[in-house]
Formats: sequence, C-alpha cells, structure tokens
Amino acid sequence: MIARKLAGQQHSLALLVVAGLLGLAALIVVLHLALPADSAFYISSYAVALIGKYLCFALLALAVDLVWGYVGILSLGHGAFFALGGYAMGMYLMRQIGTRGVYGDPILPDFMVFLNWKELPWYWFGFDQFWFAFIMIMAAPGLLAFVFGYLAFRSRVTGVYLSIITQAMTFALLLAFFRNDMGFGGNNGLTDFKDLLGFSLAEDATRAGLLFASAVVLALGFIACWAIAHSRLGKVLVAIRDAESRTRFIGYRVEQYKVLIFTLSAIMAGVAGALYVPQVSIINPSEFAPTNSIEAVVWVAVGGRGTLFGAILGGILVNFGKTLLTNALPELWLFALGGLFIVVTLFMPKGLVGTAPAALAWVKGRLHRAKPGPARPSEAGE
Amino acid sequence: MRLLASLLFAVGLILAAAPARAEITADAAAKLASGDYDKIIVGIELVANSGDPRAIAIIQALSDGKLLAGRGDTLTIEESDGTLSDAVTGAALDAKPAEAKAIRLNNKVRRSLAAMLGRLNLIDADPARRRAAAEAVFKSRDKDSLAAIDAALAKEQDSGVRLSLAAAHAAIILTDSTTGDADKVAAVAVIAERGGQDAKGLLASLSDLSPQVQAAVTDAIGIIDTNLLAWSAVQAVYYGISLGSVLLLAAIGLAITFGVMGVINMAHGEMVMLGAYTTFVVQEVIRQNIPGLFDYSLIFAVPLAFLVAGAVGMAIERTMIRFLYGRPLETLLMTFGLSLMLQQAIRTLFGASNREVGNPSWMSGSFDLGGLSLTYSRLYIILFAIAVFVALMLVLKRTALGLQMRAVTQNRRMAASMGIRTNWVDSFTFGIGSGVAGIAGVALSQIDNVSPNLGQGYIIDSFMVVVFGGVGNLWGTLVGALSLGIVNKLLEPFAGAVLGKIIVLVVLVLFIQRRPRGLFPIKGRFVDS
Repeated sequence: MIARKLAGQQHSLALLVVAGLLGLAALIVVLHLALPADSAFYISSYAVALIGKYLCFALLALAVDLVWGYVGILSLGHGAFFALGGYAMGMYLMRQIGTRGVYGDPILPDFMVFLNWKELPWYWFGFDQFWFAFIMIMAAPGLLAFVFGYLAFRSRVTGVYLSIITQAMTFALLLAFFRNDMGFGGNNGLTDFKDLLGFSLAEDATRAGLLFASAVVLALGFIACWAIAHSRLGKVLVAIRDAESRTRFIGYRVEQYKVLIFTLSAIMAGVAGALYVPQVSIINPSEFAPTNSIEAVVWVAVGGRGTLFGAILGGILVNFGKTLLTNALPELWLFALGGLFIVVTLFMPKGLVGTAPAALAWVKGRLHRAKPGPARPSEAGE
Repeated sequence: MRLLASLLFAVGLILAAAPARAEITADAAAKLASGDYDKIIVGIELVANSGDPRAIAIIQALSDGKLLAGRGDTLTIEESDGTLSDAVTGAALDAKPAEAKAIRLNNKVRRSLAAMLGRLNLIDADPARRRAAAEAVFKSRDKDSLAAIDAALAKEQDSGVRLSLAAAHAAIILTDSTTGDADKVAAVAVIAERGGQDAKGLLASLSDLSPQVQAAVTDAIGIIDTNLLAWSAVQAVYYGISLGSVLLLAAIGLAITFGVMGVINMAHGEMVMLGAYTTFVVQEVIRQNIPGLFDYSLIFAVPLAFLVAGAVGMAIERTMIRFLYGRPLETLLMTFGLSLMLQQAIRTLFGASNREVGNPSWMSGSFDLGGLSLTYSRLYIILFAIAVFVALMLVLKRTALGLQMRAVTQNRRMAASMGIRTNWVDSFTFGIGSGVAGIAGVALSQIDNVSPNLGQGYIIDSFMVVVFGGVGNLWGTLVGALSLGIVNKLLEPFAGAVLGKIIVLVVLVLFIQRRPRGLFPIKGRFVDS
C-alpha cells in the first residue's frame, strides 16, 4: 500500500526525501570507511557521530510535527519520551558491559555496586536481552503517552493547558531520575557502554552502521507519517486541529484519535532516543530538561509545522547551527536560539518550507520587475 | 577537689546574694598570674567566688586567651581589636604593662574554667545567658553543678529560666543512681513538661530503673512524642505558608498576565530574575556610596524593581506580544525564546555565578515561638506577600485603570466602544504583571541564590499555582499558592523534598484533568477557544 502511494505522482517529494536521506547516509558511510584519513573527502569519526545525532534529533522533530503539525497538540514533553527510549537502550547497554565494569560485577552495573546494592531491581530484569529492550524502547514511552494522553484528552485538556502539564510531566520525571534510589544511576545516568549486539561501540564500522540505521529508521518514520498524513485518518487529524468541536459534533471520537497519534508519536520519540544513546555513549536525567523538549518544538517551527519534511530539515539545520555556534561563540548560542524562537513565530509562522517558496517567488518577481522590457504579469503571490 | 570547689562556690553564692562589697583580692590576681596551673585553678575559684561583678569578664577573657599577666601581678584584658583595659578595675589602658603576656592554659585549667563560667552565667543579669547556662547543665548533667542550680533556682524570678533550671535539676537527679524513686518520678514529670528532642533522648537513655520509675518514663516519652508531633505539624504548616507566600509572589504577576489577559508569558520567571538583579545593583550602589543606608536598600529596591521589570514587560508587549494575541501557542514559544535571551543577557552582564545580595540587619536572626524557631526573613516575606496581594487587589478593584482592565478582559469590543484605549490597557496590564514579578524578585533575592537561572526554578510552579487556583481569579491564586506550599511541606518529612515535589506535580496534573478550569473557575459562558 505504501509502495503504491509512493509511486503516485503527488508523492514524488516524499520519494525524493527518502531517497535523498538513504543516499546521503550511504555516501557518508562509504566516505568514512573506504577513504584514507588524509583524503580531502574523508569524513571523520567525530563528524559521523555528529551526523548520526542530528538524524536522531530529526526523528524526534518528526514525532513532534506529527502531533503538533497535524493534530495541533503542542507537546512540551516529547523530550521525556525521547529520554525514556534512551534509558531503555541504556539499560540494555549497561547489562552488556558484564564483568568489564570498574567493579567487575557480572550482573550489577557499576553505580549499583557503588551504592552498595545487593541485587538487581525487578525493573532491570530482561534488559540483558535485546528483544526485550527493543520492546521496552517502544513500550515505556508508548505506555506513558497512552496513560497521560488518555487522562488528558478524555477530560478535554487542550491548548496551553496541555502544553503546561506536559512540561510538568517531563519536569517531574527530571526530578525523579535525579534520585539515586530510582535505580537509573542518579545524576550521572548510564554510561561506559561497551558494545551493542556484539559490535564494539568504539569501532568506526559500528558508528557508521548506527548512522545508517538512524537514516533508515528516519526514512521509515517519515514514510509512516506521510502515509498517515495522506490517508483518511490524516484528514480527520487536520480536522481536529482546525476545528475540534466541529469534528466532535460530526461524530468522530476526537479523544481516541488524539490518544492514538500521541502514543504513536511518543513511540517514535522513544526510538529516536534509543538510537541517540549508543551514538553519544551516555544518557542522563538532563535529557528530561523542559528546555530540550521546547528546543525540539523550535526545530519543527523553523523547518515548517505540518510539513514533515520541514521537521527533518529543521532538526538537522538548527542542530548543525548549534554545533557551529557553540564551538565558535558559546555565549551567543542562547541569543541565537532565543532569537530563532522570536523570528520564527513573528515573521515565519510557516517555517522555512512554507516561507522559502514564497520568498523565492517574491525575489523572482522583483527581478522581473527590475528588468526593462515588456511588462509581464507577476506570478508570485505578493 | 571538685566537691570542695562546689562547696566553696555555694558559699560564694550566698555571699554574692548579700550586697557585699565583694572584690577581687590581690591574692587571687597573684594566683592567676603565677604561671602555675594548679595555682591558676585556685585563682579562678577565688575570682569566681569573689562575687565581684568583674569576675565573669575576667574568667571569660582568661578562657578566650585575652587575659594578660604583667609584672607585679597586674592583670590586663586585651580585646581582639587591640583595646586594653585593667582586668580588676575595668579602667581603659593606653599601653600594656611591662612584660604583659597572655596567661597560658592547659586542659585541666580549661575544664575548670568552663565549669566556673557555666555557674557564673547561672547568676548573670541577662536571663538569656542564665537560661543558656541552665540548658548547658541539662545537657552535661554535671552532678557538681547541682548545688549551684538549686541556689539559682531558689532566687530565680523569670519563669522560662525557672523551667530550664528545674529541668537541669531533674536531669541531674535522674542520672544520679543514689537518688530515691519518688524524687526520680517527680524529676521525670519535670522533664516531660520541658519536652523536646533532648528530653526524649535523656529519658530514652536511662537504664537500671525501678518498675515504678520505668512506667513514669514510658508515659513521659509518650507525652513528649505527642507534643513533638504537634509542634512539627505546626512547623510544617508555617514553612508551608512561607513557601506558599514565595509561590504567591512568583505567581501573582502571572495571574495578571496569564490569568487576566490570557497571555502565556514563559519569560515571567526572567522578570522575577530582573527584580532580583535590580536589588543586587541597588545594594552595590548603596554599599559603595552611602553605606549607612544599607539597611534600607530593600525599600529603594522595591519600586525600582517594579519599574525595571514593568518597563521591560511593557516593551515586550508593545514590540512582540501584541502581534500574537489570539495565538497562545506561538506566544508561548516566542516568550520562551525571550526568556533564553534575557537569561543570556544577564549572564553576559553579571557573569554566570551567584551574586551576593545581603540581608539587612532587621531581616536576619530568628525568634522563638513555643517549640519553634522562626526566622525573621521568612516572616517578613509572608507579610510582604500579603501586602503585595492586597495592593494588587486594590489596584484592580479601586482604580480607574483596574476598572478598565476588567472591562477589557470581560468584553474587549464593548470596552473599546465605550472609549477605552484597549491597546494601552493591554500594555499597562502586562506592565503591572511584569512589575509585580520584579517585586517578587526583591523578596526572592533574600532567600534564594541570585543567578541567571533564578526565574527558571519558579516558572513551572507559578503556572501550576495559577492553573490550580483558577485562571483569572486572584483569590484562587492565593488559595492555590498557600495550599501547594503547605501540602509540599507536609509531605516532605514522609516523602523527602524531591519525591514530595514529584507527588505534588503528579497530583496537580491529575487535578487539572479533572477540573481543567481550576479550583475557582470564573462563572459564565465562554466560547471554546
């Protein structure tokens, strides 16, 4: 079905995005692994890790765009789902360390030995198996989103109220994960990972593989969101976004649609977090910080809300800018980010994807007008 | 030796009781100046028992190492700032006597000094010192002090000091294995009346008691526990009110901008921060130019903080927020960006580290109320929060601007038709909300670290308070802030500070889902936004 949809004429852009993503990822992997380090086209391990990270952020942005852009739910707590997925992956990676930890305990992770714990807490069981961790990566954020969404949407908490309580949710989780007794490593979080599915995380090939896997998952996420957005379901979602009461009166169960998409989006965010953790080698409670969630919203706003493609673009561009700026002028980054919030909301409500064509057309129109010769009616919508 | 000393001391007390022309003899001075530790101890006793009003100053100076002995057994007190005075007469001296050196002590002498100081303090003129001395004996349960305690008890007038003295007496009786059961039971009753954690510890530590005394002890521990619990509940409520007043200060400006105008201002916390930094700047200026006015710096800071934060708020409203009316989600994002920029601006100007804002002298210190010790700063902040609340209420209900503000929120188009300049009312309302946040910053600078992140810590709590209390309702904000503060502090002993906060947040999130319009919703019909 997806293939048929993608084959259609109107879906050429989606096809282009998917092909572009996979092609670029493959190119990066080849340039990284096949070329010698002194070649002009060689891509360093540092850059590979960075690009892999951007792809995970892009997936998170995609998840935010699905709920914000199509259903109008401004979640300020998606960072929590991202972090929960990351913690699930981190727990698996912790169990893989085995006796190679500082204390050499075959079962207990180092921080538990350090805290003088005698046995593994019950919620850590099963995380030595990848399949279990894989399920939990999706189940933990999914379940939280389902329960939270069910409670919130059923009692019709909408708009800014919902935004504020999602923010309170991630704030509460932030405080909870800072506690040592939670059994997730307190404020140091989980780190010192050794290998994933038997591949050492220190190897270049593993990192390149993770980058490619991130690109593939991002492409899959994009296809899934695209399919949703262009299905009958997607039309109902947009209807909910634009006129919630009217959609309800027509006879749709608005709450159910919202819970479904909110949960789906949380699962995507969780997967993004799970891919993120092995590439940055650490997960700690700061991932729950409310600022992170809001930053993710701004990626979407910059790229263009409700366009999917824009979310990916925004996620990658803003983070690329962050890397450049924090390296060159660290104190300017917050000014830039804050300025971005203001400029985007005041002057570019449609984001890059929505604004760029109009801007191009405007520039074209000016050029045509400036040229002497027979006057031509401008095509641009000025 | 010690028994002899206390006997001597008791005699000394009796002598002191009479209006004797007691004075420190040359013999005592010679003993203190002798350089021989045993003689010094005798000298200390002579001085202590002399009944001379200078005795306590001399022994205190000796114990602090400030007593100098010079040629001809002259005794001089050298204060740490270098001023000199004759120890015996108290007359000020211009220069040290020849060969004056600090008298050296060993541990034996120090022990004797401590005991003597304690006993002298028992008959000091200052009730607070008498009481402290009695409390010290209660803790040490030094049997040799019994005579001194009893003597002091006999002529003590102050009821508080009497209670302490009686407790000290009872503590000595209880720990003495030679006293009879009847005395001990009576002593247990006295200790139970005193109450407190120390009394409970004392009773719990007793052993080898007769069944009769043991039963009395068990009862007494029960009574003390009940009292302790009651006081700790009162204490928790007081701390809760104190936290609630802080929350109220932080949230009340938000209740105006968010509650009355419906503008989500995520930069509200930064307005609080601006107020705190204004206080810092005011204090720095006063410290450098007119240090004498330092105690009044907060009085200058309050209006300035209101003006600074209010002006910034109005500027933000005029240049940005007004373009986003009716688009709450965009307003939220935009103001969040603004908060990041304000934080970074302050960080660039003042540095990332905490800035020190001093407490004026009238705000430091504490006072006792029953079993509680309450700090003045918390008390003043509670009063200040109430004052700000009342002032804001008056502005809203009694001024023309307040009337216009309410008119614009209730029906904007009708208000405009009546000739109200709604744009300006919006601007002033936002300015007042921000200014009140700035005032909150002045108060918070007294109890929290003044850093660029100051506001961030309050923003989520403030929103919770406003939403909990009911949007658009100042009374709701008051009730919301106080109940959140009290619940938080009542939970803390059982759940710990962090877990308590998490529980409150979770309960709030559930609460908002049950009553999305808060505790006290505004009645009336609203169009679904």
